[in-house]
Amino acid sequence: MTEISFQQEFEIKGGDFVRAGEASCEIKNLLKELGVAMQVVRRAAIVSYEAEMNVIMYAGSGRLDLSVTSDRVQIVVDDRGPGIEDVELAMSEGYSTATPEMRELGFGAGMGLPNIKRNSDIFKIHSKVGRGTRLEMTIRTNGHRL
Amino acid sequence: MLTLKEVQSLLSGELLTPGINLEKECSKVFASDMMSDVLAFIDPESVLVTGLITSHVVRTACLADVSAIILVQGKRPEPMVVDEARVRNLPIISTACSMFEVCARISRSHPEAGR
Repeated sequence: MTEISFQQEFEIKGGDFVRAGEASCEIKNLLKELGVAMQVVRRAAIVSYEAEMNVIMYAGSGRLDLSVTSDRVQIVVDDRGPGIEDVELAMSEGYSTATPEMRELGFGAGMGLPNIKRNSDIFKIHSKVGRGTRLEMTIRTNGHRL
Repeated sequence: MLTLKEVQSLLSGELLTPGINLEKECSKVFASDMMSDVLAFIDPESVLVTGLITSHVVRTACLADVSAIILVQGKRPEPMVVDEARVRNLPIISTACSMFEVCARISRSHPEAGR
């Protein structure tokens, strides 16, 4: 087990479109300050933002845990939301249950989960209808995809 | 390769975030109002051409390593959105051109900028 060199939690409030993206911007700055390689920072920032937006758009609330070790950045997002009935369908590009309000902000194209997966080296999703969704994303910092 | 300053000139654009350096080179141009598509497909250091003027555009641009935002149709965001861009050192240029015209003008002088 690699020793964790940095860890921080972020609370995300569902429906809070005004603050949407602030946690991810902070994460990006933290990773830059920690000296993580720029391409890893960018991937982590995109993963974090997509996951943050999912909580804001679909869940009542959620928590994002960021942890950084010498060889990886890990982002885990747990939400207390409706859960996803068909995870396989939700993972397909273009599938979306976004409302018109979300689309007016430029989100809800059905690219979120596929884009999270694309930018992660390890991606896990667990969802239970009526309970919530947990996303676990790992980005390795040595530049090699698993 | 064009600089952001040259892009501003091509579009007769107004820099809404004065003081931010426009001598940076602009390698690619990406035009979209879908922030989801920006996050999924834009290359780092691209210029983002959009008609959206919310703070989410600034945050999306910042997170995706966009080098500048071009707002079409003379659009101007709220001062707090411009302030956020300034704090994040992200130039915003507003132009009276349509999205098509922006792409056409840049493409004429810089054919390899699209993707």
